[in-house]
Amino acid sequence: MPWDRNQMAARAAQELEDGMYVNLGIGIPTLVANYVGDKDITLQSENGMLGMGPFPYEGEEDPDLINAGKQTITELNRTAYFDSAQSFGMIRGGKIAAAILGAMEVSEKGDLANWMIPGKLVKGMGGAMDLVAGVGRVIVVMDHTNKHGDSKVLKECTLPLTGKNVVDLIITNLGVLEVGHKGLHILECADGVTHDDIRAATEATIV
Amino acid sequence: MKKVYATATEALEGLLRDDMLIAAGGFGLCGIPELLLQAIKESGVKNLTFASNNAGVDDFGIGILLKTKQVKKMISSYVGENAEFMRQYLSGELELEFNPQGTLAERMRAAGCGIPGFYTKTGVGTVIAEGKEHKDFNGETYILEEGIFADLSIVKAWKADETGNLVFRKTARNFNPPAAMCGKLCVAEVEEIVPTGSLDPDTIHLPGIYVHRLIQGDHEKRIEQRTVRKREEA
Repeated sequence: MPWDRNQMAARAAQELEDGMYVNLGIGIPTLVANYVGDKDITLQSENGMLGMGPFPYEGEEDPDLINAGKQTITELNRTAYFDSAQSFGMIRGGKIAAAILGAMEVSEKGDLANWMIPGKLVKGMGGAMDLVAGVGRVIVVMDHTNKHGDSKVLKECTLPLTGKNVVDLIITNLGVLEVGHKGLHILECADGVTHDDIRAATEATIV
Repeated sequence: MKKVYATATEALEGLLRDDMLIAAGGFGLCGIPELLLQAIKESGVKNLTFASNNAGVDDFGIGILLKTKQVKKMISSYVGENAEFMRQYLSGELELEFNPQGTLAERMRAAGCGIPGFYTKTGVGTVIAEGKEHKDFNGETYILEEGIFADLSIVKAWKADETGNLVFRKTARNFNPPAAMCGKLCVAEVEEIVPTGSLDPDTIHLPGIYVHRLIQGDHEKRIEQRTVRKREEA
Protein backbone atom coordinates (compact mmCIF):
# COMPACT_ATOMS: atom_id res chain seq x y z
CA MET A 1 0.00 0.00 0.00
CA PRO A 2 1.37 3.43 -0.89
CA TRP A 3 1.68 5.85 2.03
CA ASP A 4 -1.14 8.29 2.74
CA ARG A 5 -0.61 11.96 3.59
CA ASN A 6 -0.07 11.28 7.27
CA GLN A 7 2.38 8.45 6.65
CA MET A 8 4.37 10.66 4.28
CA ALA A 9 4.42 13.39 6.93
CA ALA A 10 5.52 10.88 9.58
CA ARG A 11 8.34 9.67 7.31
CA ALA A 12 9.46 13.26 6.70
CA ALA A 13 9.50 13.87 10.47
CA GLN A 14 12.10 11.07 10.79
CA GLU A 15 14.51 13.31 8.86
CA LEU A 16 14.43 15.93 11.61
CA GLU A 17 16.97 15.87 14.40
CA ASP A 18 16.90 17.17 17.93
CA GLY A 19 17.67 20.89 18.10
CA MET A 20 16.83 21.69 14.48
CA TYR A 21 15.21 24.94 13.32
CA VAL A 22 12.85 23.96 10.50
CA ASN A 23 10.48 25.62 8.03
CA LEU A 24 7.40 23.67 6.95
CA GLY A 25 5.51 24.50 3.76
CA ILE A 26 1.77 24.48 3.21
CA GLY A 27 -0.17 21.19 2.75
CA ILE A 28 1.31 17.82 3.72
CA PRO A 29 4.48 19.47 5.13
CA THR A 30 2.33 21.21 7.77
CA LEU A 31 1.32 17.76 9.06
CA VAL A 32 4.97 16.95 9.83
CA ALA A 33 4.63 18.95 13.06
CA ASN A 34 2.29 16.23 14.37
CA TYR A 35 5.01 13.56 14.14
CA VAL A 36 8.14 15.09 15.68
CA GLY A 37 7.49 13.28 18.99
CA ASP A 38 9.99 14.08 21.74
CA LYS A 39 12.45 15.78 19.41
CA ASP A 40 13.22 19.40 20.24
CA ILE A 41 12.23 21.06 16.95
CA THR A 42 11.68 24.81 16.54
CA LEU A 43 9.41 25.76 13.65
CA GLN A 44 10.07 28.94 11.70
CA SER A 45 7.27 30.87 10.06
CA GLU A 46 8.85 33.11 7.43
CA ASN A 47 6.51 36.03 8.11
CA GLY A 48 8.61 36.61 11.23
CA MET A 49 8.48 33.99 13.98
CA LEU A 50 10.51 31.18 15.49
CA GLY A 51 8.70 28.81 17.83
CA MET A 52 5.36 28.45 16.06
CA GLY A 53 2.61 26.92 18.20
CA PRO A 54 -0.63 25.13 17.24
CA PHE A 55 -3.91 26.73 16.12
CA PRO A 56 -5.57 28.77 18.90
CA TYR A 57 -8.63 27.63 20.82
CA GLU A 58 -11.85 29.07 19.53
CA GLY A 59 -12.26 32.64 20.74
CA GLU A 60 -8.52 33.11 21.28
CA GLU A 61 -7.61 33.99 17.67
CA ASP A 62 -5.29 37.00 17.42
CA PRO A 63 -5.17 38.96 14.14
CA ASP A 64 -1.56 39.90 14.95
CA LEU A 65 -0.48 36.26 15.16
CA ILE A 66 -0.56 34.30 11.90
CA ASN A 67 1.64 31.86 10.02
CA ALA A 68 2.96 32.18 6.47
CA GLY A 69 -0.26 30.59 5.21
CA LYS A 70 -2.11 33.49 6.88
CA GLN A 71 -3.77 31.12 9.38
CA THR A 72 -4.22 32.14 13.01
CA ILE A 73 -1.73 30.35 15.26
CA THR A 74 -0.30 30.60 18.80
CA GLU A 75 3.07 31.28 20.38
CA LEU A 76 5.13 29.03 22.66
CA ASN A 77 7.32 29.91 25.63
CA ARG A 78 10.34 29.88 23.32
CA THR A 79 8.81 32.11 20.63
CA ALA A 80 10.77 35.00 19.12
CA TYR A 81 9.40 37.55 16.65
CA PHE A 82 11.35 39.54 14.06
CA ASP A 83 10.80 41.43 10.82
CA SER A 84 10.70 39.98 7.30
CA ALA A 85 14.22 41.14 6.42
CA GLN A 86 15.69 39.35 9.43
CA SER A 87 13.48 36.33 8.80
CA PHE A 88 14.85 35.89 5.30
CA GLY A 89 18.28 36.85 6.56
CA MET A 90 18.30 33.72 8.69
CA ILE A 91 16.92 31.70 5.76
CA ARG A 92 19.38 33.08 3.19
CA GLY A 93 22.15 32.90 5.76
CA GLY A 94 21.79 29.14 6.11
CA LYS A 95 20.65 29.19 9.75
CA ILE A 96 17.52 27.15 9.09
CA ALA A 97 18.53 23.48 9.06
CA ALA A 98 15.80 22.19 6.77
CA ALA A 99 12.72 23.09 4.79
CA ILE A 100 10.01 20.54 4.03
CA LEU A 101 8.03 21.63 0.99
CA GLY A 102 5.42 20.40 -1.46
CA ALA A 103 6.21 20.25 -5.19
CA MET A 104 4.66 20.00 -8.64
CA GLU A 105 7.82 18.54 -10.21
CA VAL A 106 11.31 17.53 -9.09
CA SER A 107 14.17 16.58 -11.43
CA GLU A 108 16.92 14.01 -10.96
CA LYS A 109 19.36 16.91 -10.52
CA GLY A 110 17.33 18.30 -7.64
CA ASP A 111 15.61 21.06 -9.59
CA LEU A 112 12.30 22.03 -8.02
CA ALA A 113 9.15 23.46 -9.61
CA ASN A 114 6.38 24.40 -7.20
CA TRP A 115 5.22 27.95 -7.87
CA MET A 116 3.83 28.43 -11.35
CA ILE A 117 1.92 26.69 -14.13
CA PRO A 118 2.15 28.75 -17.35
CA GLY A 119 -1.27 29.73 -18.67
CA LYS A 120 -2.88 29.22 -15.29
CA LEU A 121 -3.43 31.75 -12.56
CA VAL A 122 -0.08 32.88 -11.18
CA LYS A 123 -0.16 33.67 -7.48
CA GLY A 124 3.53 34.20 -6.85
CA MET A 125 6.48 32.39 -5.34
CA GLY A 126 6.13 33.87 -1.86
CA GLY A 127 9.16 32.73 0.13
CA ALA A 128 9.74 29.44 -1.69
CA MET A 129 12.69 30.60 -3.84
CA ASP A 130 14.45 32.09 -0.83
CA LEU A 131 13.90 28.95 1.23
CA VAL A 132 15.23 26.47 -1.32
CA ALA A 133 18.26 28.68 -2.04
CA GLY A 134 19.10 29.24 1.60
CA VAL A 135 18.25 26.42 3.99
CA GLY A 136 20.58 23.57 4.85
CA ARG A 137 18.50 20.73 3.48
CA VAL A 138 15.45 20.74 1.18
CA ILE A 139 13.05 17.83 1.62
CA VAL A 140 10.19 17.53 -0.85
CA VAL A 141 6.99 15.72 0.13
CA MET A 142 4.55 15.02 -2.72
CA ASP A 143 2.61 12.36 -4.57
CA HIS A 144 4.84 10.40 -6.94
CA THR A 145 2.50 10.92 -9.91
CA ASN A 146 -0.06 13.54 -10.88
CA LYS A 147 -3.79 12.92 -11.22
CA HIS A 148 -3.25 11.70 -14.81
CA GLY A 149 -0.75 9.10 -13.57
CA ASP A 150 2.28 10.94 -15.01
CA SER A 151 5.52 10.95 -13.04
CA LYS A 152 6.30 14.10 -11.06
CA VAL A 153 9.89 12.86 -10.64
CA LEU A 154 11.48 13.81 -13.96
CA LYS A 155 14.75 13.96 -15.89
CA GLU A 156 14.10 17.69 -16.39
CA CYS A 157 11.32 19.82 -14.93
CA THR A 158 8.88 21.13 -17.52
CA LEU A 159 7.47 23.91 -15.32
CA PRO A 160 9.25 27.16 -14.37
CA LEU A 161 11.75 26.45 -11.61
CA THR A 162 11.66 27.53 -8.00
CA GLY A 163 15.31 26.55 -7.62
CA LYS A 164 18.02 24.73 -9.54
CA ASN A 165 19.83 21.79 -7.96
CA VAL A 166 18.32 22.47 -4.55
CA VAL A 167 16.41 19.32 -3.51
CA ASP A 168 18.19 16.79 -1.27
CA LEU A 169 15.47 14.24 -0.53
CA ILE A 170 12.14 13.32 -2.12
CA ILE A 171 9.46 11.61 -0.03
CA THR A 172 6.48 10.40 -2.05
CA ASN A 173 3.56 8.07 -1.47
CA LEU A 174 5.74 5.29 -2.96
CA GLY A 175 8.94 5.77 -0.99
CA VAL A 176 12.04 7.86 -0.32
CA LEU A 177 14.54 8.94 -2.96
CA GLU A 178 17.81 10.74 -2.48
CA VAL A 179 19.23 13.13 -5.09
CA GLY A 180 22.72 11.89 -5.98
CA HIS A 181 25.36 13.13 -8.45
CA LYS A 182 24.37 10.73 -11.22
CA GLY A 183 20.67 10.30 -10.51
CA LEU A 184 18.26 9.30 -7.82
CA HIS A 185 18.82 6.58 -5.24
CA ILE A 186 15.90 4.68 -3.76
CA LEU A 187 16.43 4.72 0.01
CA GLU A 188 13.14 3.19 1.07
CA CYS A 189 9.89 1.80 -0.35
CA ALA A 190 6.44 2.23 1.18
CA ASP A 191 4.96 -0.98 2.59
CA GLY A 192 4.16 -3.39 -0.24
CA VAL A 193 5.79 -1.13 -2.87
CA THR A 194 8.79 -2.59 -4.71
CA HIS A 195 11.83 -0.94 -6.34
CA ASP A 196 10.30 -1.95 -9.68
CA ASP A 197 7.05 -0.18 -8.80
CA ILE A 198 9.00 3.00 -8.08
CA ARG A 199 11.06 2.67 -11.28
CA ALA A 200 7.88 2.16 -13.30
CA ALA A 201 6.34 5.33 -11.82
CA THR A 202 9.49 7.44 -12.27
CA GLU A 203 10.61 9.18 -15.45
CA ALA A 204 13.90 10.30 -13.88
CA THR A 205 17.10 8.23 -13.86
CA ILE A 206 17.31 5.92 -10.87
CA VAL A 207 20.80 4.55 -10.21
CA MET B 1 9.24 68.81 15.52
CA LYS B 2 5.66 67.72 15.69
CA LYS B 3 5.11 64.25 14.24
CA VAL B 4 1.65 63.47 15.55
CA TYR B 5 -1.29 64.25 13.25
CA ALA B 6 -5.00 63.95 13.96
CA THR B 7 -6.08 61.89 10.94
CA ALA B 8 -4.59 59.78 8.17
CA THR B 9 -5.63 62.39 5.59
CA GLU B 10 -3.86 65.17 7.48
CA ALA B 11 -0.76 63.02 7.95
CA LEU B 12 -0.55 62.44 4.19
CA GLU B 13 -1.15 66.08 3.23
CA GLY B 14 1.45 67.31 0.73
CA LEU B 15 3.05 63.88 0.40
CA LEU B 16 0.92 62.27 -2.31
CA ARG B 17 1.29 62.69 -6.05
CA ASP B 18 0.45 60.65 -9.14
CA ASP B 19 3.02 58.06 -10.37
CA MET B 20 4.78 57.72 -7.02
CA LEU B 21 6.35 54.58 -5.55
CA ILE B 22 4.96 53.65 -2.14
CA ALA B 23 6.41 50.95 0.10
CA ALA B 24 3.76 49.44 2.36
CA GLY B 25 4.20 47.17 5.38
CA GLY B 26 2.09 44.12 6.17
CA PHE B 27 1.85 40.42 5.40
CA GLY B 28 -1.50 39.29 4.06
CA LEU B 29 -3.91 41.45 6.04
CA CYS B 30 -1.72 41.30 9.16
CA GLY B 31 -0.08 44.56 10.15
CA ILE B 32 -1.21 46.53 7.10
CA PRO B 33 -1.55 50.33 7.24
CA GLU B 34 -5.29 50.11 6.67
CA LEU B 35 -6.13 53.71 7.66
CA LEU B 36 -3.46 55.27 5.44
CA LEU B 37 -4.55 53.09 2.50
CA GLN B 38 -8.11 54.31 2.97
CA ALA B 39 -6.89 57.92 3.02
CA ILE B 40 -4.82 57.36 -0.14
CA LYS B 41 -7.96 56.02 -1.81
CA GLU B 42 -9.93 59.09 -0.78
CA SER B 43 -7.17 61.43 -2.04
CA GLY B 44 -7.77 60.19 -5.60
CA VAL B 45 -4.04 60.01 -6.36
CA LYS B 46 -3.38 57.58 -9.21
CA ASN B 47 -0.85 55.58 -11.27
CA LEU B 48 0.72 54.37 -8.04
CA THR B 49 3.37 51.68 -7.79
CA PHE B 50 3.26 49.69 -4.57
CA ALA B 51 6.10 47.64 -3.15
CA SER B 52 4.14 45.39 -0.82
CA ASN B 53 4.39 41.67 -0.14
CA ASN B 54 0.69 41.17 -0.97
CA ALA B 55 -2.11 43.13 -2.61
CA GLY B 56 -4.81 42.80 0.04
CA VAL B 57 -8.21 41.29 -0.68
CA ASP B 58 -10.95 42.79 -2.84
CA ASP B 59 -12.40 45.07 -0.15
CA PHE B 60 -9.50 45.52 2.29
CA GLY B 61 -5.91 46.66 2.19
CA ILE B 62 -4.39 47.59 -1.17
CA GLY B 63 -7.40 45.85 -2.75
CA ILE B 64 -9.49 49.00 -2.20
CA LEU B 65 -7.06 50.95 -4.40
CA LEU B 66 -7.17 48.31 -7.11
CA LYS B 67 -10.92 48.60 -7.25
CA THR B 68 -10.64 52.35 -7.94
CA LYS B 69 -7.83 51.70 -10.48
CA GLN B 70 -5.36 53.92 -8.62
CA VAL B 71 -2.61 51.32 -8.86
CA LYS B 72 -0.43 51.02 -11.97
CA LYS B 73 2.03 48.41 -10.75
CA MET B 74 2.61 46.00 -7.88
CA ILE B 75 5.99 44.70 -6.68
CA SER B 76 4.97 41.67 -4.60
CA SER B 77 5.82 38.07 -3.77
CA TYR B 78 2.30 36.65 -3.58
CA VAL B 79 -1.02 38.01 -4.84
CA GLY B 80 -3.26 34.98 -4.66
CA GLU B 81 -6.14 36.28 -2.57
CA ASN B 82 -7.45 39.03 -4.81
CA ALA B 83 -9.91 38.41 -7.65
CA GLU B 84 -9.96 42.02 -8.88
CA PHE B 85 -6.17 41.99 -8.98
CA MET B 86 -6.22 38.91 -11.21
CA ARG B 87 -8.83 40.43 -13.50
CA GLN B 88 -6.82 43.63 -14.02
CA TYR B 89 -3.54 41.73 -14.37
CA LEU B 90 -4.88 39.27 -16.96
CA SER B 91 -6.48 42.10 -18.95
CA GLY B 92 -3.17 44.01 -18.99
CA GLU B 93 -4.42 46.98 -16.94
CA LEU B 94 -2.04 46.27 -14.07
CA GLU B 95 1.71 45.63 -14.13
CA LEU B 96 3.13 43.03 -11.80
CA GLU B 97 6.73 42.43 -10.78
CA PHE B 98 7.13 39.25 -8.76
CA ASN B 99 9.94 39.29 -6.23
CA PRO B 100 10.88 36.37 -3.99
CA GLN B 101 9.70 37.36 -0.53
CA GLY B 102 13.14 37.57 1.05
CA THR B 103 14.51 39.46 -1.92
CA LEU B 104 11.67 41.98 -1.60
CA ALA B 105 12.34 42.45 2.13
CA GLU B 106 16.07 42.83 1.55
CA ARG B 107 15.56 45.26 -1.36
CA MET B 108 13.67 47.49 1.09
CA ARG B 109 16.11 47.02 3.96
CA ALA B 110 19.13 47.59 1.72
CA ALA B 111 17.74 50.83 0.26
CA GLY B 112 17.01 52.03 3.78
CA CYS B 113 20.64 51.34 4.67
CA GLY B 114 22.00 53.18 1.63
CA ILE B 115 22.88 49.99 -0.24
CA PRO B 116 21.79 50.24 -3.91
CA GLY B 117 22.34 46.56 -4.72
CA PHE B 118 23.26 43.20 -3.24
CA TYR B 119 24.01 39.70 -4.48
CA THR B 120 21.78 36.76 -3.53
CA LYS B 121 21.52 33.09 -4.41
CA THR B 122 17.73 33.34 -4.35
CA GLY B 123 16.27 32.83 -7.83
CA VAL B 124 19.48 31.70 -9.58
CA GLY B 125 18.47 29.41 -12.46
CA THR B 126 14.86 30.69 -12.47
CA VAL B 127 12.94 33.36 -14.41
CA ILE B 128 13.79 35.79 -11.62
CA ALA B 129 17.46 35.73 -12.67
CA GLU B 130 16.81 36.57 -16.32
CA GLY B 131 18.52 39.80 -17.37
CA LYS B 132 20.25 40.25 -14.00
CA GLU B 133 24.00 40.39 -13.44
CA HIS B 134 25.44 37.03 -12.28
CA LYS B 135 28.59 36.84 -10.22
CA ASP B 136 30.45 33.97 -8.58
CA PHE B 137 31.66 34.12 -5.00
CA ASN B 138 33.61 31.16 -3.60
CA GLY B 139 32.40 28.91 -6.42
CA GLU B 140 28.72 29.75 -6.05
CA THR B 141 26.63 31.88 -8.39
CA TYR B 142 24.67 34.89 -7.16
CA ILE B 143 22.48 37.48 -8.87
CA LEU B 144 22.42 41.22 -8.36
CA GLU B 145 19.23 42.65 -6.88
CA GLU B 146 18.64 46.37 -6.46
CA GLY B 147 17.40 48.33 -3.47
CA ILE B 148 13.88 49.76 -3.56
CA PHE B 149 14.09 53.50 -2.89
CA ALA B 150 10.48 54.50 -2.32
CA ASP B 151 9.01 57.99 -2.47
CA LEU B 152 6.85 57.25 0.55
CA SER B 153 6.59 54.52 3.19
CA ILE B 154 3.36 53.67 4.96
CA VAL B 155 3.45 51.30 7.93
CA LYS B 156 1.38 50.05 10.85
CA ALA B 157 2.72 49.52 14.37
CA TRP B 158 1.17 48.67 17.73
CA LYS B 159 2.48 51.55 19.83
CA ALA B 160 4.47 54.69 19.29
CA ASP B 161 5.71 57.51 21.44
CA GLU B 162 5.36 61.11 20.25
CA THR B 163 8.87 61.04 18.72
CA GLY B 164 7.91 58.16 16.42
CA ASN B 165 9.69 55.31 18.19
CA LEU B 166 7.68 52.22 17.21
CA VAL B 167 6.80 48.95 18.92
CA PHE B 168 5.21 46.17 16.87
CA ARG B 169 3.15 43.25 18.13
CA LYS B 170 3.80 39.56 17.28
CA THR B 171 3.80 38.69 13.57
CA ALA B 172 2.27 42.06 12.65
CA ARG B 173 5.86 43.38 12.51
CA ASN B 174 6.67 41.54 9.25
CA PHE B 175 7.46 43.95 6.39
CA ASN B 176 6.81 47.12 8.40
CA PRO B 177 10.38 47.89 9.55
CA PRO B 178 12.05 47.36 6.14
CA ALA B 179 9.21 49.20 4.38
CA ALA B 180 9.53 52.11 6.82
CA MET B 181 13.28 52.34 6.20
CA CYS B 182 13.24 52.52 2.39
CA GLY B 183 11.10 55.64 1.84
CA LYS B 184 12.15 59.27 1.59
CA LEU B 185 9.38 59.90 4.12
CA CYS B 186 7.51 57.48 6.34
CA VAL B 187 4.02 57.80 7.81
CA ALA B 188 3.08 55.35 10.55
CA GLU B 189 -0.33 54.49 11.94
CA VAL B 190 -0.52 52.94 15.39
CA GLU B 191 -3.12 51.64 17.82
CA GLU B 192 -1.83 53.82 20.64
CA ILE B 193 0.45 56.83 20.92
CA VAL B 194 1.91 56.96 24.43
CA PRO B 195 3.67 59.95 26.03
CA THR B 196 7.36 60.22 25.18
CA GLY B 197 9.34 58.57 27.95
CA SER B 198 6.84 55.83 28.70
CA LEU B 199 8.31 53.24 26.32
CA ASP B 200 11.27 51.24 27.61
CA PRO B 201 14.10 52.28 25.22
CA ASP B 202 15.33 48.67 25.14
CA THR B 203 12.03 47.43 23.70
CA ILE B 204 11.77 49.82 20.73
CA HIS B 205 11.74 47.87 17.45
CA LEU B 206 12.09 50.79 15.04
CA PRO B 207 13.69 54.07 16.16
CA GLY B 208 11.77 57.25 15.43
CA ILE B 209 14.48 58.47 13.05
CA TYR B 210 12.68 56.44 10.37
CA VAL B 211 9.22 57.85 11.15
CA HIS B 212 8.25 61.36 10.04
CA ARG B 213 4.52 61.47 10.65
CA LEU B 214 2.28 59.53 12.97
CA ILE B 215 -1.39 58.91 13.63
CA GLN B 216 -3.36 56.93 16.17
CA GLY B 217 -6.56 55.26 15.01
CA ASP B 218 -9.05 52.44 15.34
CA HIS B 219 -8.04 49.40 13.34
CA GLU B 220 -10.31 46.68 12.03
CA LYS B 221 -7.41 44.18 11.99
CA ARG B 222 -9.27 41.69 9.81
CA ILE B 223 -8.36 37.99 10.04
CA GLU B 224 -7.79 36.38 6.64
CA GLN B 225 -7.97 32.70 7.66
CA ARG B 226 -9.48 31.95 11.04
CA THR B 227 -8.13 28.54 12.08
CA VAL B 228 -8.84 27.06 15.51
CA ARG B 229 -8.60 23.79 17.44
CA LYS B 230 -11.29 22.31 19.64
CA ARG B 231 -10.83 22.47 23.41
CA GLU B 232 -11.31 18.72 23.91
CA GLU B 233 -8.20 18.09 21.80
CA ALA B 234 -6.07 19.64 24.54
